[in-house]
Amino acid sequence: MRKKNQRTVGLYLFPALFIVIVVLYLPIFINLYESFFSWGAMTTKHEFVGLANYIKMFKDEVFYVALKNNVIFMVTSVVFQIGISLIIANVLECKFMRRTQNFFRSIYFVPSLLMVTVVGIAFKMIVSPSIGVLNPLLELAGADASKIDLLGNAGSATYAIAAMSQWQYIGYTVILFIVAIQNIPGELYEAADIDGANAVKKFFYITVPEIKDTILINTIITVTGSIREYDEVFVTTNGGPGYATETLATYLYKAGFRNDQMGYASALAFFIFIVTFIIGLAQMKGYRLDDQQ
Amino acid sequence: MKKTVSHVAAYALFIAFAFIIILPLIWMIITGFKTNQELFLSPFSLPEQWKWENYVDAWNQGIGIYLSNSVIITVGATVLSTFVSCLAAYPLARLNFRSKKLWIYVILGGLMLAPQSSVISLFKMVKIAGLYDTRTSLILIDAAFRIPFAAFLIMTFYKSISYSLDESAYIDGATTWQIFGKIIVPLSKPIIASCAIVSFRAVWNELMFANIMLQSTDKKTVPVGLMNFQGMTTTNWTLVVASMVIASLPLVIAFLLLQKQFVRGLTAGSVKG
Repeated sequence: MRKKNQRTVGLYLFPALFIVIVVLYLPIFINLYESFFSWGAMTTKHEFVGLANYIKMFKDEVFYVALKNNVIFMVTSVVFQIGISLIIANVLECKFMRRTQNFFRSIYFVPSLLMVTVVGIAFKMIVSPSIGVLNPLLELAGADASKIDLLGNAGSATYAIAAMSQWQYIGYTVILFIVAIQNIPGELYEAADIDGANAVKKFFYITVPEIKDTILINTIITVTGSIREYDEVFVTTNGGPGYATETLATYLYKAGFRNDQMGYASALAFFIFIVTFIIGLAQMKGYRLDDQQ
Repeated sequence: MKKTVSHVAAYALFIAFAFIIILPLIWMIITGFKTNQELFLSPFSLPEQWKWENYVDAWNQGIGIYLSNSVIITVGATVLSTFVSCLAAYPLARLNFRSKKLWIYVILGGLMLAPQSSVISLFKMVKIAGLYDTRTSLILIDAAFRIPFAAFLIMTFYKSISYSLDESAYIDGATTWQIFGKIIVPLSKPIIASCAIVSFRAVWNELMFANIMLQSTDKKTVPVGLMNFQGMTTTNWTLVVASMVIASLPLVIAFLLLQKQFVRGLTAGSVKG
């Protein structure tokens, strides 16, 4: 290869590579290093503690609460944003729905354009026992709503936030799946029609196998998103009541920026890194980078 | 007969679901016109007087400043990330050199890195660099996290452009820069637009870094500003809601106008390259 060409390639690549390496990769290594120290942003103390932060993490009750909450987010998100949304997309692609498809899918999509802050504050207000409309509605329906405080009760809060998140994002994956289904060659369905296959059979034997790459990638994105879960909890409950709705990310934020235990927060951050990295490897496989040469 | 019944049932379900989606939005818009008293005492009724002042007050109380900060940061990060991705994607998609695969992995590998696991180090780095509480730091960070996806989208598109175009240009004596600027980029306009829209949406809604990297009120973005509104001790709730409506309008309007580009950008990443 000619020298000049090499320089040209470098010029094209340099800006993106520089930003990515400094802002995305470097912090991961710094974070790993810092997780072996006890330190804070407000103090000058910076003391090597070995694995103490990690040992503390695995003995920390709240860590397991957070982990459990991340799993709750993960399971509900996969059920709704993959499972149910796939069914919605499939029905919207049925012949009898086609004419109204655009109307429904646009409406379903709108919430995903809103800021999590907007959705979170609105949700907080709607379910609030003092200024909300949910509890009065339940009373109108004849239920005793006096004990219902969706975000205030430890038992319901995590599920309420997860439900809010499904409300916001289900329409997003519906559109992704609709476009994927539209890319399936029509002959496949025509052949199935001739064989007399019903809608359910067509769904499982044609639609799902044909768009399995899309399903896989969206599942991975949804799962990593649940492990990163931060915004919704931060806006609605900020981890409360007590630690009931804490997730790994909100807990790390609190440990680092509220309690100034930066070393411990770094250990939590590294745990999130490891988990999302492993799942991300699967995502890279899904993108078929190996084929790209 | 059985078919009609199931069709009607499907429609009923879809309409019911549409109501679940849309009622909270209508509640928001109406509440934005109410007085605080009406919010507490008559949650279901329409406002006695439609208080347009709420929206004016919301604007004056700071949402205007937050919006302009959000615009600066979002436009900055979107332009930066899209521009460097356009550049980087070119050799990765269309030139041959030895270390190509490595760089593809380095850039796209960024997709696997959760912002949450870098937030502590980035905070420290930004402080040391003297960029704490500057919009520049947020633009850089938000842009960086958009690059892997943007580069992936654009790279995939570049590959679909016929190579014979480059070859005939080479024969005519064109340099790579000319091929890039006069052939590849103009042909890629649609995907670049989609890519910019998707990045715009992500940066516009970004909360965590905006909350951590910016401190002064006059630099805050809309998501953080809204959090502050509702955190005040005597919260004027209807004002908060009016602010939320104002904050939501830009993206919703953009979506209605640019639906096609929106959908293309969103779906391109979820369909295999």
